[in-house]
Amino acid sequence: MKRILIIGATSAIAAACARLWAGEGASFFLVARHAEKLASLASDLDVRGASAVATFIMDANDTASHDAMLEQAFARELDIALIAHGTLSDQAACEQDAALTLREFTTNALSVIALLTELASRFERQRAGALAVITSVAGDRGRPGNYVYGAAKAAVSTFCEGLRARLFRSGVSLTDIRPGFVDTPMTRGLALPRLLTSAPETVARRIKSGVERKADVLYVPFFWFPIMALIRHLPRAIFKRMRL
Amino acid sequence: MSEGLLSWGAYPRLPQRAHDVDWRDELPDVLVSAAKARGTTLAYGEGRSYGDSCLADSGHVLTLRALDHFLFADWSNGILRAEAGVTLESILAAVIPHGWFLPVTPGTKYVSLGGAIANDVHGKNHHRRGTFGRHVRRLGLLRSDRGRVVASPETEPELFAATVGGLGLTGIIEWAEIQLSPIRSSQIDGISVRFGDLDEFFALSEELDAQHEFCVSWVDCVARGKKTGRGVYMAGNFAADGRRAVENRRRLTFPFTPPVSLVNACSLRAFNTLYWRKASSGRRRARMAYEPFFYPLDTLLKWNRIYGTGGFQQYQALIPESEARAGIHALLAAIAQSGVGSFLAVLKRCGDIASPGLLSFPRAGVTLALDFPQTRHLEPRLFSRLDAIVRAAGGRLYPAKDAHMRGEDFRRAYPLWEKIEALRDPLLLSRFWRRVNR
Repeated sequence: MKRILIIGATSAIAAACARLWAGEGASFFLVARHAEKLASLASDLDVRGASAVATFIMDANDTASHDAMLEQAFARELDIALIAHGTLSDQAACEQDAALTLREFTTNALSVIALLTELASRFERQRAGALAVITSVAGDRGRPGNYVYGAAKAAVSTFCEGLRARLFRSGVSLTDIRPGFVDTPMTRGLALPRLLTSAPETVARRIKSGVERKADVLYVPFFWFPIMALIRHLPRAIFKRMRL
Repeated sequence: MSEGLLSWGAYPRLPQRAHDVDWRDELPDVLVSAAKARGTTLAYGEGRSYGDSCLADSGHVLTLRALDHFLFADWSNGILRAEAGVTLESILAAVIPHGWFLPVTPGTKYVSLGGAIANDVHGKNHHRRGTFGRHVRRLGLLRSDRGRVVASPETEPELFAATVGGLGLTGIIEWAEIQLSPIRSSQIDGISVRFGDLDEFFALSEELDAQHEFCVSWVDCVARGKKTGRGVYMAGNFAADGRRAVENRRRLTFPFTPPVSLVNACSLRAFNTLYWRKASSGRRRARMAYEPFFYPLDTLLKWNRIYGTGGFQQYQALIPESEARAGIHALLAAIAQSGVGSFLAVLKRCGDIASPGLLSFPRAGVTLALDFPQTRHLEPRLFSRLDAIVRAAGGRLYPAKDAHMRGEDFRRAYPLWEKIEALRDPLLLSRFWRRVNR
């Protein structure tokens, strides 16, 4: 029976992953901002087969509350911790508002880095477990259309790269999950290309298996790996002229 | 990321603009904003209603697929509470391991709980268990005029009776609590018997319906003359022992919508003759999994595409018991003469268990259901003849399947419709309701 901590549990991708784990009888410690949504998710996982579900209301940006949350979550050893919270930044608004840009950075990068720092030490002491963070393919290259969001995700990915090597010696894995276009409440209103857009349930299956086999970097769905390889290798002289 | 939503039959072709609801606490705001801008709206779940009962009159629907959380389960008594967007497929996956099953299930598990209630669906066990609504203990409605209301046969009996089978017009169904049925095994001990004509069907039904919880028949809608109404009778009970497992068979998706229907007179005759010949003439008993028994069509996802871009209409009529033999014979003869129809034509005898809903379709009698590729000749040539037969026999059509019924036929067959209109949420209105009330 796996013990799983999920931060940002009510996000569509995290909830879809949780349902898969619930079907196998996992026990959960779920963290999110909204009490009502979290309660819906908790009862849902309970009926779907979870062996236990505990919840904790927290805004990830309130770093002062991280300690109290982790104290409770680590009442017993954890097998998996998944960080899934985030916001899709309004690029145009960020360009006009430095304070907003920093807030987006706090949510998508700083709060995640703070949590990873604490989680890493605790997992290191356990000498076992799987850490996982949802970043984005947007972190692979700074596109004019969403470079605030992309830069925050890139910061997390680079942080993970180093942390993974540190944790490797303790037998702890760290999976950097990079989803492409997923049809979730977060991306609603965007004109996403239908052929490249996946359902949260599809993405969740790959995330679950990737985290369990301790993958390092996970493009979801898999076809984003070749797409992003191509985009990463576009010469800057061409890239800066493209409207992406 | 939603293109226009259609109904399952893709006819009438009125693409609906989706207003997504992700959480219950957002529902009041989305309801008001969608309806304020457009006058009225309607809840849309899995889009498995065939005709226009799931299409909003305004063309703007509230999509509730994300309201798919289970809220509570009492495994010792088989009581389950869930949000309306939960599908019957998810319910089965959650409850079978605990030894429970849906009390009533339609022929597909890809419908939402809310849709099952709004259409008061029935299944192969109607003669034993009645409609789905009989197993609903209570439900939560959101009304634009009253806010959140809990309706049950005890607390809000009128609103409950209007909501079960009420086509989603009496408020948005947010959640419901149902009573499950216990099973020992998830396998079915089934029997299939071929019958040569309609008289044989009635004889089989008399003999075997009482011995089986689940009964349904396939009928060859192409057979004429003495063979009219030939088919295969299938019945079963849950096995008393054996495997209890959630099934997940491999599924295929019909990959595209062809420009014309692949169901035509030629393919239909070939399929039906083969299917009838393939069924052995004796009584064949077999133990089978629940999926092929209850949900044979669910194996092929998006099968509605075989009818092409023009879509199709399902005709499902119920003929009261006293007129059933003559009425069903007349319907089948008229259909066979027309040469159109579907591979899957279903004949089922309903029992006399009263439905709790004011607009519920089933009642004692025999129901016949089959699909027709949509053409401009379908309604004037065939459906008008079938409607006349149903009218003369005092029968009725199923609103969940309908895209053509005349207003006077609806109002005659469902005399309690005015009570629904009186209890209708002023912000909710479907194309169907507008059509049949004219």
